[in-house]
Amino acid sequence: MAAITLDNVGKTYAGGTRALSGMSIDIAPGEFVVLVGPSGCGKSTLLRMIAGLETVTEGTIRIGERVVNTVEPADRNIAMVFQNYALYPHMTVRQNLAYGLKNRGTPRDEIDRRVAEAAQILEIGPYLDRKPRQLSGGQRQRVAMGRAIVREPAAFLFDEPLSNLDAKLRVTMRSEIRQLQRRLGTTSVYVTHDQVEAMTLADRLVVLNAGRIEQIGTPLQVYRHPATTFVAGFIGAPAMNLLPAQIADGQLHLAGAAVAPMTRAGGPVTLGIRPEDLRRDPAGPIRMRLRHVEELGHARLLHGQIGDSAAVCTVTDTAPPDPEIRLSIDPGQCHLFDAQTGARLTGA
Amino acid sequence: MKRTIFGNQLLPWLLLAPQLAITAVFFLWPAGQAVWQSFLRQDAFGLKTSFVGLTNYAALLGDAKYLNAVQVTVVFSIAVAALSMGVALMLALAVDRGLRGARAYTTLLVWPYAVAPAVAGVMWWFLFNPTIGILPYALRAVGYDWNHGLQPRDAMTLVVIAASWKQISYNFLFFVAGLQAIPGSLREAAAIDGAGPARRFATITFPLLSPTTFFLLVVNVVYTMFDTFAVIHATTQGGPMQSTTILVYKVFDDGFLGLNLGASGAQSVVLMGIVIVLTVVQFRFIERRVEY
Ligand SMILES: Nc1ncnc2c1ncn2[C@@H]1O[C@H](COP(=O)(O)OP(=O)(O)OP(=O)(O)O)[C@@H](O)[C@H]1O
Ligand SMILES: [Mg+2]
Repeated sequence: MAAITLDNVGKTYAGGTRALSGMSIDIAPGEFVVLVGPSGCGKSTLLRMIAGLETVTEGTIRIGERVVNTVEPADRNIAMVFQNYALYPHMTVRQNLAYGLKNRGTPRDEIDRRVAEAAQILEIGPYLDRKPRQLSGGQRQRVAMGRAIVREPAAFLFDEPLSNLDAKLRVTMRSEIRQLQRRLGTTSVYVTHDQVEAMTLADRLVVLNAGRIEQIGTPLQVYRHPATTFVAGFIGAPAMNLLPAQIADGQLHLAGAAVAPMTRAGGPVTLGIRPEDLRRDPAGPIRMRLRHVEELGHARLLHGQIGDSAAVCTVTDTAPPDPEIRLSIDPGQCHLFDAQTGARLTGA
Repeated sequence: MKRTIFGNQLLPWLLLAPQLAITAVFFLWPAGQAVWQSFLRQDAFGLKTSFVGLTNYAALLGDAKYLNAVQVTVVFSIAVAALSMGVALMLALAVDRGLRGARAYTTLLVWPYAVAPAVAGVMWWFLFNPTIGILPYALRAVGYDWNHGLQPRDAMTLVVIAASWKQISYNFLFFVAGLQAIPGSLREAAAIDGAGPARRFATITFPLLSPTTFFLLVVNVVYTMFDTFAVIHATTQGGPMQSTTILVYKVFDDGFLGLNLGASGAQSVVLMGIVIVLTVVQFRFIERRVEY
C-alpha cells in the first residue's frame, strides 16, 4: 500500500496530440480513486502513465516516496487490470496467476500458497486448470483480478475492467471489487466513463474533461456541489438540467418568469437544477411544454422544453401529464454557474 | 449460399471445361503417365518396354545416389526454412516494435518476392561466381577460398541463400500480420508482470505466434522441396558430386538427362505422395488451427 502523487503531470503524444495537462492529484495510501470522464478525455492515458506503459512528458509521478517517471513497469510494484483482461490465452488460469510471481523468482511453495489464496478469495478454484477461452466473461474478469492480487502490489490500476460484462454482472462485480479493495487495503486507481460505477466505487472522484481536471472530491461533494457545468451535467442520472437564466431585482428569472428569490448581483447565469428537484406544482411559476414521457416503473421522466431549452423532470405520481406542466423550485436546490466560464458561483 | 439455376444442363459443364481441360492435360495426364512409367522398364536403346511392377521402387531404396538426394533434400529444407523464417522473424519483430520508417522498409522487403526464381538464381550465380563474383572476392580478402563448383559445402550454402532470399519476403509478411494479431495489452501485462523483452518474447510472443510459425514451416518445406528447381538449375545444377541434387532435381536429371523414365517416374510418384501428405497436414491445420 503506497501513496501515489501526481505533480503537474502532462502528456503530449509523439504525433503532437495533447492528451493531458496540469494533472495534480494526491492519492492517499489505501484510497480508492476513480478517474471518470467522457470518451477521449485522457483517463486511460493517465492510468497508463502511472503504470509506466506511456512516457511522462511533463511533471512527476511518485509511488510512495519514489519518483517513477523513468522506472520500468515491472519495477513500479503495481498491478493492472485491463479492459480486455489481457489473460495469456496459451496458459491455464493457474499459470496466468503464477506468471508474475515466477518472473520475480518467488519460491515455488510461496507461489502455490498465494495462488491458492487468491483462488479462494475470488472463488476461481474450480477453474485453475482451464484455459481463459474456456471461461465466461465474469470468470475471466475474476482471473484478471486474481492476477493482480497474487502479486500483493503497492497499488491496483483498473482500466474500465467491467465494461465488457452485462449490466447485471457489472453491478455484482462492482461491489465485489469494492469489498475486495476494502479488505486488502490496497491503493487503487480505477478508470471508468460510467458515472454510476464512479459514484459507487470511489472514496474520491477525479472528473476529467478534455485532458484537464474539472473537479476532485468525494462522490457526495461532487454530486452536491459540482464545480462546473461540465461536472453538473456529467455526474448524476438523469443529467442535471442546465438552463440559461437571469438574476434581477433579487429574483431568479427563468424563461421570463421570476422563479425563486436570489440575493446576489444581477446578470446572466446558468441555472443547474436536478430533474428530481423540479417539483410539480399547479401554482408553480415555471411552464414546461411536454415532449415525451419515459416510464421507469418507480418513476417517470418527463422530457420537455422550458423557454428554448430542453429540460427533464422526474415525477413519481402517475397522473396523466398535461401538454403544459407547471413546476416550482426550491432556491436551496439551485446550482448557479457563470454563464460564460461555466464555473460554479460561490454561495449558490 | 446463392444458387444459380442453369436452364441448360450442358452450360455448367461448358463453363467448367477450360479449367478441367487444363487440369487434365497438364496435371492428370502427366501424373498418370508418371505412375504408369514407374511400373515399366525400357532397354538401353528404347526399343523394348516391359512391365516390371514395383522393381523401380525397390531399386530406389538400394540406390545410394537416391538416398543421398533424400539426405540433401532434408538438409536443404531445414536450412532454408530455418534461415528464411529466422531472418523474417527478426525483421518482423523490428517492424512490430515501431521501427522508424517501417513502411518504406516493409515495401522494400516485399520486392524480392516479385523476382522470378530463375532470375534470382542467375543473380546469385553472378554474385558468387568464383572468378567474376564480388562475394568470393570479398571472402578471399578474409582468407576464405570460395568455390561452389568444387566445394560441396560452398555449393549448399549458395543454394540455401539463393532459395531463402525470396522466401524471406513471404515469411516476413506473415510474421508481421501474426505479430499484429497479438493484442498489445498481452505484452503490456507481461511487462507489468516483470518479464523483460527476451522473456516476453519466449513466453508470450513466440507461443502466440506458433500458428503462424507452423503454417509457414509447412509452406516453406513445400517451397524448398518443389519450387527451388529453377534456383538450383541456374546456380549449381545439382553439383558438385550431387551435393545439391535435391529430389526434384534428381527427377529431372534421371528422366530428362539420363532418359531413365522408369526410375524418374517412380521418384515423381514418391514426391507426389509427399505433396499429398503435406497438403493434408496444411488443410487439417487451417481447419483446426494449432492449439495453444
Ligand atoms: N497512442 C496514442 N497516440 C496518439 N494519441 C493518442 C494515443 N492514445 C490516445 N491518444 C489520444 O489521447 C486522448 C486521450 O485518449 P485516452 O485513450 O486516454 O482516452 P480515454 O479517456 O481513455 O477514452 P475512452 O473512455 O474512450 O477509453 C485522445 O484524444 C486520443 O485520441
Ligand atoms: Mg480508455
